[in-house]
Amino acid sequence: MMMTVKEIKKSLLVSLWFVFLTFPIMVIKVNPIERTVTWRWSNVLYVAVGSFVISLLAKAWLVRKARAAGRQQAACQARASILQELLHRPGYRYPLIIMFSGLALAFPHLFSTYQANIMTTALMYIVLGLGLNIVVGVAGLLDLGYVAFYAIGAYSYALLNLNFHLGFWAALPIGGLLAALFGLLLGFPVLRLRGDYLAIVTLGFGEIIRLVLENWNAFSKGPSGISNIPRPGFFGLEMSLDHAMIYMYYLMIGLVLLTVFVVNRLQHSRLGRAWLALREDEIACQAMGIDKTRIKLTAFALGAFWAGLVGVIFAAKTTFVNPASFTFLESAIILAIVVLGGMGSIVGVICSALILTLLPEYLRALSEYRMLAFGAILVAMMIFKPEGLIAAVRRTYRFHERKSVAALQDDE
Amino acid sequence: MLELQNIQAGYGNVQALPDISLTIQKGEIITLIGANGAGKSTTLMAISGIVPCRSGKILLQGKEIQGLAPDRIVAMGVCQVPEGRHIFADLTVQENLDLGSFLRTDKAGIRQDLEYVYSLFPFLAERRHQSGGTLSGGEQQMLAMSRALMARPRLLLLDEPSMGLAPLMIKQIFAIIKAINQEHNTTIFLVEQNAHQALHIADRGYVIENGRIVLTDSAEKLLTNPEVQKAYLGI
Repeated sequence: MMMTVKEIKKSLLVSLWFVFLTFPIMVIKVNPIERTVTWRWSNVLYVAVGSFVISLLAKAWLVRKARAAGRQQAACQARASILQELLHRPGYRYPLIIMFSGLALAFPHLFSTYQANIMTTALMYIVLGLGLNIVVGVAGLLDLGYVAFYAIGAYSYALLNLNFHLGFWAALPIGGLLAALFGLLLGFPVLRLRGDYLAIVTLGFGEIIRLVLENWNAFSKGPSGISNIPRPGFFGLEMSLDHAMIYMYYLMIGLVLLTVFVVNRLQHSRLGRAWLALREDEIACQAMGIDKTRIKLTAFALGAFWAGLVGVIFAAKTTFVNPASFTFLESAIILAIVVLGGMGSIVGVICSALILTLLPEYLRALSEYRMLAFGAILVAMMIFKPEGLIAAVRRTYRFHERKSVAALQDDE
Repeated sequence: MLELQNIQAGYGNVQALPDISLTIQKGEIITLIGANGAGKSTTLMAISGIVPCRSGKILLQGKEIQGLAPDRIVAMGVCQVPEGRHIFADLTVQENLDLGSFLRTDKAGIRQDLEYVYSLFPFLAERRHQSGGTLSGGEQQMLAMSRALMARPRLLLLDEPSMGLAPLMIKQIFAIIKAINQEHNTTIFLVEQNAHQALHIADRGYVIENGRIVLTDSAEKLLTNPEVQKAYLGI
């Protein structure tokens, strides 16, 4: 590996910068009770050496990647989508699917209820990610207020139960449809907006819903939230807490399967094609006779629908909702799932939803550095795989440019 | 087939078209020539409904179409190839063509038209699974035209098909425009800066200046008209 002096210098600068950045948290320790300040100078050394080594390794990796890309693009591409490749090869496809489904079914019995509970949350984020994937990944409409639909789903179950004693199964479709309706409502004013402007308006929409829920005490009980929401029933069977959790887990598995099925079908339908076209070029869409209004609205509504469903399940799972669960941070995490997974890729979204929700849990071993490590991993993922974990595979071939020029000259 | 009566259109405060009137007969190739910013593209956009008309009437086979949504106008058989091609770069050639037939439901007819455009442009068949963005400029223009043909238009609106292409490629494109017109009796409204080529294949031409039609005549006469020669043909 060629390591020039220049690169080492750069890494040195990086490590200096990191020492400076982490100085307040790594070196100075203030004890407010005893009013003492401890200076942990040894940490400077750790940070400096650590960031220097990581920076060098990252540079080496990037150099190697660039070289490999230059040498043989095709081989590199094949490697990038190895999972996709496996899924598409019939010999591997079914054993893989059987293995995954076996693992999914046995999961709550192999591990503790606590683990199953975490996994249920992860499954919820899969569905949320797949829902937002329709809006952001496929239709290309940047939505920063997606959590609003999640909140609408959760509150529709909570309020319907509180006021009309509606059960979980009745509230589930209502929550989904209500969220879809609000998706349409949001869609109308933002039809003409794109990019940054759309992002700002959707961000505002998300905040409006949260603020209404927080302040309209008579309607939503304000910040104190609604408690004692019943868990989903199973033909009137009484269940212990453990069993209820495991039941929720299987329920979510079912919902994930349904979502994957529907979203997959949608993406390959005429409507899905139109969404892709809209993401690519609006003027061409109009010239082809694609009704921009309808296509955008269906994207918003269908995306919101899944958030509504998950919202109902969230309310049932935690048996308590309050506006604090639906902050912008949630939207950001769901968006991160879509972006990290690879825009428009179902398998990618599933993988990144699992990573982004399970990682913070399993990073608890790092105690107070948990979120720091989480952030670092996100940054690393974006640097090394900017197209997402598993980029959506479009059936494209690399074009041999030299050949084409020759062919053109022949024509002329 | 198409008649524009005193059309006014523009963007915000800019009145790009103060007053445009023209007629297109069925089966004709009509060309609209003019300088940059004369209002050529806006005229096309107004016909296809992408830019709204502020006043005036557009009659398509006797029916008023001004104010209709663009997709309704496409459904009535008017399809536009936008300026600068606007192909879907990340979609494959095949998917681009499929989107051209978005509004159609006659599967047999679609397949037939697909075979027709593949016979017109054999390289499209070879590269049907390649993404549109990997094609060269001329190939992209041909893809854009094929995509529009997939809508089986009665009136094809072409906006600057020669833009940014090599002279030989331009010649090829114009030959194909002529062929489309003759084989399918498709009426073609061609907006061009390359007045010379356009007038050679057109039946009649209109000359637009500052959003107004200043001259109209048969293509041969326009080619020999001294004013047109001086201003647009560089003779």
